[in-house]
Amino acid sequence: MNAPSIELIGFTKRFGAMAALDDVSVKVKAGAFHALLGENGAGKSTLVKCAMGYYAADEGQILLNNREVAIDHPRQAHELGLGMVYQHFTLVPNMTVLENFVLSRGDLPAVIDWASERKALHAFFSTTPFAVPIDLPVADLAAGQKQKAEILRQLYLKRNLLILDEPTSVLTPDEADEVLSTLKKMTEEKLVTIVTITHKFREVNAFCDTVTVLRRGKLIGTKPTAELDDDTMAEMMVGRRETRAVVEREQHALGKTVLKLDKLSVADNVGQLAVEDLSLEIKAGEIVGVAGVSGNGQRELVETLAGQRHKQSGQMLVHGEAYAATRAEMIRHKIACLPEEPLRNACVAEMSVAENMALRSFDQPPSSPDGIRLKRGPMRDVARKLIEAYRVKTPGPDAAIKGLSGGNVQRAVLARELSSEGDLVIVANPCFGLDFAAVAEIRARIVQARNRGAAVLLVSEDLDEILQLSDRIVVMFDGKLALQQDAAQADVGAIGRAMAGH
Amino acid sequence: MASDLGLWSVPLAMIAGAIRVSTPFIFVSVGECLTERSGRINLGLEGTMVMGAMSGYGAALISGSPWLGVLVAALVGLMFGALHAVICQLPKVNDVATGIGLMLFGTGLAFFLGKPLIQPKAPNLGAIDLGWWSSIPQVRQALQVNYLFVIGIVLAFGMAWALKNTRWGLIVRLAGESVDAALAIGASVARTRLIATSIGGAFAGVGGAFLSLYYPGSWSEGLSSGQGLMAVALVIFARWDPIRCLWASLLFGAAGAISPALQSVGVTQGYYLFSAAPYVLTLALMIATCSPERSLKGAPGELGAVK
Repeated sequence: MNAPSIELIGFTKRFGAMAALDDVSVKVKAGAFHALLGENGAGKSTLVKCAMGYYAADEGQILLNNREVAIDHPRQAHELGLGMVYQHFTLVPNMTVLENFVLSRGDLPAVIDWASERKALHAFFSTTPFAVPIDLPVADLAAGQKQKAEILRQLYLKRNLLILDEPTSVLTPDEADEVLSTLKKMTEEKLVTIVTITHKFREVNAFCDTVTVLRRGKLIGTKPTAELDDDTMAEMMVGRRETRAVVEREQHALGKTVLKLDKLSVADNVGQLAVEDLSLEIKAGEIVGVAGVSGNGQRELVETLAGQRHKQSGQMLVHGEAYAATRAEMIRHKIACLPEEPLRNACVAEMSVAENMALRSFDQPPSSPDGIRLKRGPMRDVARKLIEAYRVKTPGPDAAIKGLSGGNVQRAVLARELSSEGDLVIVANPCFGLDFAAVAEIRARIVQARNRGAAVLLVSEDLDEILQLSDRIVVMFDGKLALQQDAAQADVGAIGRAMAGH
Repeated sequence: MASDLGLWSVPLAMIAGAIRVSTPFIFVSVGECLTERSGRINLGLEGTMVMGAMSGYGAALISGSPWLGVLVAALVGLMFGALHAVICQLPKVNDVATGIGLMLFGTGLAFFLGKPLIQPKAPNLGAIDLGWWSSIPQVRQALQVNYLFVIGIVLAFGMAWALKNTRWGLIVRLAGESVDAALAIGASVARTRLIATSIGGAFAGVGGAFLSLYYPGSWSEGLSSGQGLMAVALVIFARWDPIRCLWASLLFGAAGAISPALQSVGVTQGYYLFSAAPYVLTLALMIATCSPERSLKGAPGELGAVK
């Protein structure tokens, strides 16, 4: 295996009137660890998908080892040794690692000799820097192992130019470091060339030798990492100095306990305990951040609090009363909830923005005078006010909410949930996939809710978000609380280790 | 000669019943297992089965050969499966709705074409006599194992082996687990599902032929009485595993044999209640194994009905 060089010249790709890529050229040296940096919608994914043959670029030329190649289909890219590792996993969960690997080779005999395939894969794993269990179904692997398996599969298929699309978003910092440092070593030995899409400056600084920044489909520049610092990179990415200031955090005494979880246990979709004996208290006026890598029970915890899932055992108390997440209780205790993927978990996609904003209060005045008839007029008026106050970009209150961009769906749900001035606000991954401006605004709203005295439970996979917003930080690992710390004295190392279960 | 086996005749009759009654279940469920592993659900198997029963009976009657009848039933089932697959490949078509449509179409068509077959008697499929060593007639009768039962067992194990060890089996599973992954290795999902659904249909056709050509062994309109639908439930209960489909079929067969077995020892009370045992079992299993809070382990990822 020899690491190739690749050069993308003059790539342009239009989707309708919008240019997702506008004359972008990137040169990646053989054996480089090259970062592709940019906000959401900057065109990073579009660029690599054009290179991999998933999209046909309107213009653009690819030089592989300085020879022009045509890539019109992913299969051609694969034959040339280009492979891609995605943010989400592409291995088939119900099949074993061995089955997945052998299947993806594509040149199977009619009857497969598993004994010799198993031997061959063991032999291959003895040459790779890390290995994964061969005979386990992929579904049973931990996230870090899954991502390793994805990378190993690319190597198994003899791909020597790997494109990684945010490969570490589901890993703990330790796992990410392990995977990336191994890859780094492989690039240094000129075994592979790596292009990685990322937004984590820490990883860029630690592992990448060259950075290309894209913004709104245009090339901003390619520079060696050594010549860049975080501020410069951020400026190249967003085009202005990012003011990270969130709304001032008011210093105030904490109020009474609003939410109390006592030995709460919740089962997941396959009946195993996802949340186990979890005890937690949140007082009025504080934000408790729940950190952790996805899949450690956070989703099930939020679903239980939101009434989407039944608890197995334990107690949930709100304002000292038993709480079963019924609608009546949520109204009485003023509970607001912004779950992750709000379009799926907190909206009816086909309904209008106004109707979605009224989901909590449609059967109360003014939307309904008697709980039976619905009045569109007042419903629309309320929605208009919320749309303005929370700057939701929508064609109007009657537009279907599924047509809105992710950030605006998030804003619409936040408007609905926070407008009731809840006593308990439950938020899960509120900024996932949003751009800088939307992130800053949504975080500010969350701190505002805290300042006016709400108890906030913030569940997030983004450690920076947790560190920035929380008063108190807990780490969830394997369904249990692994660590509790005051945010003021937060030890990032300890949090990272707790997230990895150490 | 009525020998006095007393209550022993109940389990004996249930074994015999399990072998007899389970045979169509084995065929239909193993076939549906294959179809569902490819990512498609075929609820039309009830119709396919009845069509198989009718056409197999008709072919046996005309040709005088019951095995030719089985072959014709398989071909008719194959065509019904292929029809389902082709319709499902059209844009905006739903598997479940198409399946129900084909179920009604198949039963209706079979009743219409099968009217002249109600009276005449076609030759039946034979059985292997495994009870030759016994002098007790009940034992000898219980151990009359029909050929299709044996073929069904072989097919179940063969299917399990093929899904695990052959290229074709892996591609079927891949099409059922992840369309993207299947496309990535250049497999045609549509073609794979067409083949899997057609074969599933052929199996159901043979299951139907068993009903008209062995047990009960004649053609009537109430022949299947929902066995095709129950087989679909059985596949879910068996977690999409052909060998577990086999065990589940035997269990259902035994449940179905309770009421005739009890009748044979003179318990006539609640005959119809005991006849409902397989249906109650289906319902109970579904309630026990399905929950909105848990996804079914082993369910193919692309199977719309359980997504």
